[in-house]
Amino acid sequence: MTIQLDENYYRMLTDLQAADFVLVELTLYLDTHPTDRAALQQFNDFSMKRQKLAYEFQLAYGPLTQFGQSGPPQNSWRWAQDPWPWQV
Amino acid sequence: MWIYEKKLQYPVRVSKCDPHMAKLLIEQYGGADGELAAALRYLNQRYTIPDKVIGLLTDIGTEEFAHLEMIATMIYKLTKDATPDQLKAAGLGDYYVNHDSALYYQNAAGVPWTAAYIQAKGDPIADLYEDIAAEEKARATYQWLIDLTDDVDLQDGLKFLREREIIHSMRFREAVEILKCEREAQKIF
Repeated sequence: MTIQLDENYYRMLTDLQAADFVLVELTLYLDTHPTDRAALQQFNDFSMKRQKLAYEFQLAYGPLTQFGQSGPPQNSWRWAQDPWPWQV
Repeated sequence: MWIYEKKLQYPVRVSKCDPHMAKLLIEQYGGADGELAAALRYLNQRYTIPDKVIGLLTDIGTEEFAHLEMIATMIYKLTKDATPDQLKAAGLGDYYVNHDSALYYQNAAGVPWTAAYIQAKGDPIADLYEDIAAEEKARATYQWLIDLTDDVDLQDGLKFLREREIIHSMRFREAVEILKCEREAQKIF
């Protein structure tokens, strides 16, 4: 079964990429500013938001990570199915 | 341990088949100041850098692999529909005869990637100054790549990568200050 790359796929993916960008940026910032409480709070908030977005995306379009790191339980092995990131 | 995530860090779109631009972009794939060199440089320096900046090197080094995948995606998308004749016309005839349309770690002039592009001096300040220089060189290269294309979709991805070099440079500069403070503190005791 090939995953249908509908409008919803791109919308959910973009939302997740946006949340993850905030987390990457805050991670690097906190690496050199570890005592900034406001940044840490923002990191925690986005981490929760990210988990929710990733769970919903994976429910619809299959796992984002392997080795059992993905959220929802799987009924079939969708990890090795396309599309891969450079194909979308 | 690394965990792969099946998505790009930032969306990569191209608006046309453009093998000539792919030939230039490969500089950031397997060139001296490219993403492969960056990832390997930072991750390798971690083992001997003071504890306070190991986290930063780990995280920036990991992000560089995400950038490497974005560059690979750009090259893949710019060349996937190109005919051998189009590749030849774009100056990729000698590339095609060796690699077909497979990606290879080389610079825009065809020189294969070499470990000679990266240093590991063991001196924390020397290593971090190299990292700052690497980020600034990569930023400049991205600017010149942006100048060389009129594809606004491709420019969008390249501009994201250019901005990341600026942030990485800033964080490395802060890491230098952290180590200087630590060194001063040690002198007092």
